[in-house]
Parts: sequence; structure tokens; C-alpha cells
Amino acid sequence: MSDLTKLTISQALTGLKNKEFTSVELTQEYLKNMEKGRKYNAYVLETPGEALKSAELSDMHYQNGTARKLEGIPLGIKDLFCTKNIRSTACSHILQNFVPPYESTVTQKLLDEGASFLGKLNMDEFAMGGSNENSCFGAAINPWSKDVALTAGGSSGGSAAAVAANMCAGATGTDTGGSIRQPAAFCGICGLKPTYGRCSRWGIMAFASSLDQAGPMTKDVKDCALMFEVMAGFDKKDSTSANTPVPDISGVLGHSIKGLKIGIPAEYRPDGLNEEITTFWDNAAQMLESRGAEIVPISLLHTKYALPVYYIIAPAEASSNLARYDGIRYGLRVNGSKLDDLYINTRTEGFGAEVKRRIMIGTYVLSAGYYDAYYVKAQKVRRLIKQDFEKAFTKCDLILAPTTPSSAFALGDKHMKENPINMYLNDVFTVSVNLAGLPALSLPIGVGKDGLPLGMQLIGKPFDEETIFKAAYGLEQDVNFKRNV
Amino acid sequence: MAINNEMVKQVAFLARLKIDEDKTESTKDEFNAILNWIEQLQEVNTEGVEPLFSVRDSKLSLRQDEVTDGNIKQDVLKNAPMQEFGYFAVPKVVE
Amino acid sequence: MMSEYTIKIDKNEWEIVCGLEIHCQIISKSKIFSAASTQFGDEANENVSFVDLGMPGMLPVLNEHCVYQAVKTGLGLNAQINKYSVFSRKNYFYPDQPNGYQITQYEYPIVGKGFVKIGLSDGSSKEIGITRIHIEQDAAKSIHDLNPKKSYIDFNRAGVGLMEIVTEPDFSSPEEAGAFLKKLRSIVRYLGTCDGNMDEGSMRCDASISVRLKGEKTLRERAEIKNVNSVKFVMQAIENEAKRQIEIYEQGGIIEQQTRHFDPQTGTTKFMRKKEYANDYRYFPEPDLPPLYLTDEYIEKVKSEMVELPDAKKERFIKDYGLTAYDADVLTESVELADFFEKAAKGHDGKKVANWILGDLFANLNANKLTLDKSPVAPQMIGDLVDLISKGVISGKIAKDVFATMWQTKQMPTQIVEEKGLKQVSDSGAIESMIDSVLAANPENIAAYKAGKTNLFGFFVGQVMKQSKGAANPQMVGEILKKKLG
Repeated sequence: MSDLTKLTISQALTGLKNKEFTSVELTQEYLKNMEKGRKYNAYVLETPGEALKSAELSDMHYQNGTARKLEGIPLGIKDLFCTKNIRSTACSHILQNFVPPYESTVTQKLLDEGASFLGKLNMDEFAMGGSNENSCFGAAINPWSKDVALTAGGSSGGSAAAVAANMCAGATGTDTGGSIRQPAAFCGICGLKPTYGRCSRWGIMAFASSLDQAGPMTKDVKDCALMFEVMAGFDKKDSTSANTPVPDISGVLGHSIKGLKIGIPAEYRPDGLNEEITTFWDNAAQMLESRGAEIVPISLLHTKYALPVYYIIAPAEASSNLARYDGIRYGLRVNGSKLDDLYINTRTEGFGAEVKRRIMIGTYVLSAGYYDAYYVKAQKVRRLIKQDFEKAFTKCDLILAPTTPSSAFALGDKHMKENPINMYLNDVFTVSVNLAGLPALSLPIGVGKDGLPLGMQLIGKPFDEETIFKAAYGLEQDVNFKRNV
Repeated sequence: MAINNEMVKQVAFLARLKIDEDKTESTKDEFNAILNWIEQLQEVNTEGVEPLFSVRDSKLSLRQDEVTDGNIKQDVLKNAPMQEFGYFAVPKVVE
Repeated sequence: MMSEYTIKIDKNEWEIVCGLEIHCQIISKSKIFSAASTQFGDEANENVSFVDLGMPGMLPVLNEHCVYQAVKTGLGLNAQINKYSVFSRKNYFYPDQPNGYQITQYEYPIVGKGFVKIGLSDGSSKEIGITRIHIEQDAAKSIHDLNPKKSYIDFNRAGVGLMEIVTEPDFSSPEEAGAFLKKLRSIVRYLGTCDGNMDEGSMRCDASISVRLKGEKTLRERAEIKNVNSVKFVMQAIENEAKRQIEIYEQGGIIEQQTRHFDPQTGTTKFMRKKEYANDYRYFPEPDLPPLYLTDEYIEKVKSEMVELPDAKKERFIKDYGLTAYDADVLTESVELADFFEKAAKGHDGKKVANWILGDLFANLNANKLTLDKSPVAPQMIGDLVDLISKGVISGKIAKDVFATMWQTKQMPTQIVEEKGLKQVSDSGAIESMIDSVLAANPENIAAYKAGKTNLFGFFVGQVMKQSKGAANPQMVGEILKKKLG
């Protein structure tokens, strides 16, 4: 038996179906790899017992011929998802002992299709960060690291590291400003941020409600489609979830992209952009062109303002969403003689520095006298950003752009540490998509001179993940990225 | 719109967070740096532009008025830091 | 013309400017944003879902019936229904607020301007402006008296739907505020949108009060009195708070905008906090709920399902049944009473039916501490009783006894009259023979009568009635007796 953990989900499903191996065997291989890979700090909680129990059940389904879509596939779950009777912390001290008595809709859908969960994955506290260094469990480490420990990206750093190091067949992530795509790019895997409203947010701890979206992080494009099909779908428990049918995407993979128009946004090529990235970008465009796509220049005029807009809206919503962590009903409580002291002590001790920073900014931009100047203004510019995309999509079907302005940086990077804004600038290519509610998939485009992977993203029209997948699948074949680290 | 130490403390209290005395100054500086950076939005002309509070400006779907939840007292109280007699307990609230 | 309410201190004549904010719990089976029950009085934390508890990842889903109830109430208050409304978050920390924010409506409420007509004791009426109605979620309940060092929280009430009805500052006397609250309560009860029980907290009132010298055009600083929980208390609070403010002004002081608490023990208000210490609520649109759009068809549908409201009903009662304005007012106070009356009055003399309801029925209900729905006397019985009197089958006096019997036995009056033989005897032969036997038994009295002691006439009537066990038609007894005695 070759290393089962190197198989993609679709390969593993075939193997299971053909009884080449059992789900229990597959799971055990992953558990072994998890043990070997503990140095990556990808898991904050391992649940081997549950995973094996579920695998046994899956094997029975295969025996009985009742296997479901993801039967027996061991997945890792970002710790932002509430998982029933399994500790879920958002990697925050304030939820260190929180055991939800409920299962998030998205993880329930995965379970319902026969997937099993190997454990909970590391992330930046409450999904706030781009390096995973804001986790109360310490940062996840990029499996591509050589001498220096590199960031796996953030916030879904644990998910990306676990998939890259074959510590799970696939993982869930969430993307508020790039939190799926950036770590996917840094770790050389695929990650989809679906259209806002595609995946239910019910049971996922909210960071910024109008931007948050769950999505799959996988070894390849096909797996991404497989997981997306299961994770997506209307949920009446989430009023922002879309009652739009989920297309059969696996079926269109490999279809021709002839005549497809691919937009290249001028504003994503700022002065001083890493030359290597520019080259990869041009190459990717050529690959799509040679598959019959047409490359068209487009303009997304307000791109420059996406970051400041994001860093008003996301903290504002977060400041309100995180007010519930007050030590009264669940989570950490640090006592005080008065009620306000209890609140202040609990929250001051429970939240990490970046979370507190964003809560403060969010509180300020919503406060009386500043609301219009900051929050309303940001939402107006947000509309302009969305309109830019709408205009662009009259000229093209997809937009091709780099996922990040650089490859993975070192953990504890001085430049990133000295000013929070430097860290925020990492999201420059990803946040617009969240502000406009669009779907985007990041896939590995190659390895740079520094030996680290880089990612390219395909941005689609709302609810048109199908076209993204078609193009990404073709591009993936041309790139022929060597995943194994 | 630079903010001062007093405002930092006020915002911290609104958010029920404590900034240590010796950190107030640096917090204020960092805060102002971020606000300065955000300030570039003011150069965008947004006259006549409606704010976009949600990309899903679609019809709100409503729920039928049926009782299908509740009666899960144990689960509700399960994670309580302190509970007595089936209530959540907190230090005396006096206004 | 309305009589003006002012408070005179020496030469100064002060007037009151007051507006009310009323929180009405919406009648619905489940909560406004969760599917837990709204049931009152259950064991603590029993009717709580994870949404009501603000658990991580929980999301609100709007209850369509709460929307319906708010629209209905808006129509009942002659108000504009807004086809576009938006939910907002009001952010503040308090143990009874599980999310750290309340989902409410701020800039775009579901109901806009309207008005309510109130009647006053001097016979005049006044229109009170409604500013808006918005819908929001109720808070949990803190219990402070079980432990000296701790407060306990019960989330059963958390998330119950509320309508906050805001009035214009149109009240210039405690009486007006009282009349308004009673009227509002009656309207929401008619509509079935709120049960209006102020003592149970399903209707709660905040009053915003300022005073100014008569003739002043601008408003002075106001005090907001929180949670005044009976009509009487609201009236007391307005009067006493106005007096307090006037006293301060008269002594050369100033009033600062502030929040005060009503003390039911003393009937006065106590300082709570200055406005500047008030929370900065940081309202912003609720990102978990897209805007609410209502269609014209929907609003029309609600309109078509509206019931007749007290004002219209009262007019109709006066017109159709010939009731006095006062009786019509009392009988339309609640739908139940109005329906009872209409059932009783159907096909009978409405005015007399009203008299029996407001007289004997109310007296008996009160004496037995019963509410109308527990009344042993059904509406049809009263109609029947009134008919028996009108047709001369029984006398008014017998009717009182019949009423007492039907209160006990729940029998129809006709049946009682039948069984007990209470039918009035109007057969002149039968009456004559009874008179003859009475006269035969009282020769001395006949002599005395004839000698001029005419007041003995009553004695003879009484004897005849006694012999007939009250069933003889008293009018006929009198006539025949007069003839016989010459």
C-alpha cells in the first residue's frame, strides 16, 4: 500500500469504492501523519476516537453499497466551526473550554455525506490575522519551511498546513478578507471562497457577518469542487444564505473554456509588485489563452481603497459580534467585584492583542459622531468597489489575479510586527472579493526562487463558481504543480 | 481625526477592555496610525452613492410562527461559568 | 373646547410637555428571532434556544407573525406602514442582553406616523400623534432577591418580540396620558397583537417629561422616567415629576437631561443617571438580516383582516342599539364584552340588554370576583330575560329573581319561569277569584278602607301578590281591586 495520505479525495474515494483499502486504514494513515506532523502545530485538538468510529461506519456503508458523497474521507475542521460535543475555541483563550452542544450547518452537511473529522485546526484568534500568529495555541507552521519557520498564512493557517502536509484529506476554512486564499497560496494548495450566501454561516463563530464565508481547502481543484458541492446550499437558519441551487460542478471539470473572457485588472499590478509574481501571472494568462480563452484588460478603479474599507467594516462588525463573549453564559470568566469589572477582566484577559485592537477600532468607528465619517463612508466606497466588479463583468467572465503580493514570510517577521498595517497590506489582492461578495478560488501557480509556492486566484461572478472551476481545472493541468513537500 | 489618551480610555470602556496605564500612549499612537491610514477614504467622491451594508440586498425570508426550539435547559446551561437553581449567576447588578 | 391643564405657582403658569414610549410584547407563539416558546411563567431557562442565549455562531431568523402583528398594530393606530424597513444592532453590555446588542430598528422602522383619538372626562377629545413603531427583541430577566451577593438570569423572556410605540410629545396632562394608555391597551387587545397587561410587564411604559411656562414656544430639558408599570403610576409620575421640575425652576435652578426611575411606594421619581453618562449605542444595520420589504398586496391583506376597533364599534352601538355614549364606551372597552353584548342584544332590546349587563351582571361578576369569560350567565340568557319582561310574561321584580336563579343554575330564563311557575297571571278570572278570597278574609280592613283609610290599598295588593306567589300581573290586580272596593 503506497502512502494513502498522498491521495486526493477523489482518488481516495475511488480506492475506497474499489475496496483497495478501508476508511479505517485511510484514517489510521492520517492519524500517523498527524502525529509526525505535530511540529506544524496545525491541529489544536485531535479527535482520533471519533474519526475511527466514523470510519468504521463508513466501511459498513461501503460494504452495504450505501456510500455517500464523501464516505470515509477524513477531514480537518477549522476551529471557528462549532462542532457538537467537541471543544471549539476559535483559538481564543476566551473560549478555551467551550464545548458547543450543536453542530454548524456546514460541518453537519459534511458529516451527513459520510466525512469524518480528524480534529480541529489552528487559526488566528476569531479569524483575525494573516499569519496564524494570533492563535492562543501559537502559530501553525508552513510545511514548506526549511531553516526558518514560515507562516502557513492566516487566518486558516492550520487548515492549509494540515492539507499541505497530508494531515487530512481536505479541510474547511473561512474567508473574511482572504483567510482561505492567502494560506492556500502560502502552502501550495487550493482554496475556494464561495459567493457570499452560498454556505450557511450558522454555527460558525462570526467575525464580520457581511463578509464571512466558509469554503473548502484541498489538495487539488477537483477536491475543492467535491467539498464545495457538499458544503454549499440554502439554510433557513441563516437569513443571508442564498436559496440558489448548487450546480453539479464535478461534472463540468474538463469542459472546454474556449471563448471564455478572462479579465486582467490593471490596478492589481502596482509599482513594485514582485517581478516573479508578475511573470507567473502572465504565464497563467497565456495558459488560459492557449486553452481558447480570451484575455481582456479590465479596470477595478477603487482597488486601492478596498483595504481601508475592509479595516473599517470588518472591525466594526467584529466589535459587535464579539460583545457576546462577556463571561456570563459560557466561556472564560474572570471575576470582578462589580459587573463591569467582570466584563473588563474577562475580555481583557480572554482576548489577544490583535482581537482587542480590532474591537477598539470597530467600537470607535461606530461611535457617535464618527459613524458617518467612517462606517457609512466605508460602505459607500464598498458599493463603488462592487460596481467596479459589475462593470468589469460586462467585459469578462472571470478575473485572474495573484492571491498574495509575496510568498510566505517568516514567523515573527520584524517588518510585519513593527506595524499592524504592514500585516494588513497582505490582504491587498483578496479583500475586494469579500467586500463585493464574489466567489474566488486560489490555486498554486508554481514555486518561486525562494522555493516557496505562490498562488493565483480566479474571481467569478456571483454564484458562478462553475466557471471558476472550469478554468481552474484547466489551469491546474497546465501548471502541473508538485504538491508534495 | 486624531484621538487622545482620554478617548482611548473611553473607547476601551465602551468595549469593556482595559488598557494598562503604561500602554495608553502606545495604543493611542497605533490607533492614530491606523486611523490616518483609513483616512485616505475621504479622498473618494461618494456623492450620491448609497452605502452598501450587505451584498445580499435580497428579500428577507421569514419563519413561520411555530415553536420548534427550546426545552434544552441542560444544553443551555452546560457551558455556564456559574449557575445556581437553573439560573445563570453573576455578581449583584445594582444600578 | 378642552380645559387646559396648568400648574400655577404665584404668577407663573406652567404647562407639561410629555411623550410616551410603550413597549408592547407581541402576541406570538414563538420568539421574534428564534423558534423557542414565548410562554410566560415556565421554569427558568426552559424556553431558551441557543439563539436566545447568543451562543457563538447563532443567527436570527425573523418570525413572520411578528411582522404581521406590527403591521396590524400600525393600521390600528392609523399609521403609515413602511414597505422598506431595516434591523439594526443597539450595542450595550448588560447581563440580560445575551449578544451584547439588541436587534431593533433604528433609522427605518416598520411603522411610521399615525394617531390615536382619546376622549377626556370633560367630554372633549384629542388626537395624540404616533411617531413610529419599531419591532425588536425583549431582554432576559434578572432576579435580584434570591441571593444578597448575586443576581440570577433567566433567558425565557430574551428574544420575545416587542413593539416599541413612540408618541409625539402631545400630552399636556396626566389625564391625557392615562386616557391614551387605556385606549392603546384596548386597541392592541382588540387587534390581538399584545395582551396589554402592565402588571405582568407585557406592556411597559417610559415617559419623557418637561415643563415650560405657558406661552413658551421652545422645549426645555426633559427627564425620562423608565418602566412605569401601571396607568395610575404613569399619571402619578407625570404629575410629580412636573411638580419637581417646576419647583427647581421656581427656585432658579436648571434641569439637566437625565434618566429617572419611578418609585411606586412614594409615587415620585428618583435620579438614575445623567444623559452624558448614557451609553453610546453604536447603532448599525444588522448584517445578519437583509432589509425587510413589504408589498402593497401584503399590507392590503392585513387590512382586510382587521377587526372593528373600539371607536367604530362604539359609534355603531350608539346608532344601532340606541345606547348612551357612556354605555357604549364601557361596552366597547374589550372585544369580549362587546361581543357578549352583541350576542345578548341580537333580536332583543339592546338598551335594556345593556342595562342588565352593566347592572346585575357586572354586580354579580364583581361580587364573585369573576371575569366575563367565567360568567355562568350566557348572553342568550340575558336576551331571553329582557324579552320575558317586554312581553309582560314576568315583572321586573320577578326578573331579578330569575337572574339570581340563572346565575346559580345556568338555565334559560324561560325554563326557570316555566319550572317555577313564575309566569305572570294575566287571566282576569283567576285574579278576580284571588282578590275575592283576600277580601273575604279581611272584612275589618275593607271597613277601615271604606272609612277613609285609603292607604290600605297597598295592603290588599300585597296580599293578592302574596297569594299568587308574585305571579299576578300587578297592573291588573290594581285595576280589578279598585273596581271591587268601589
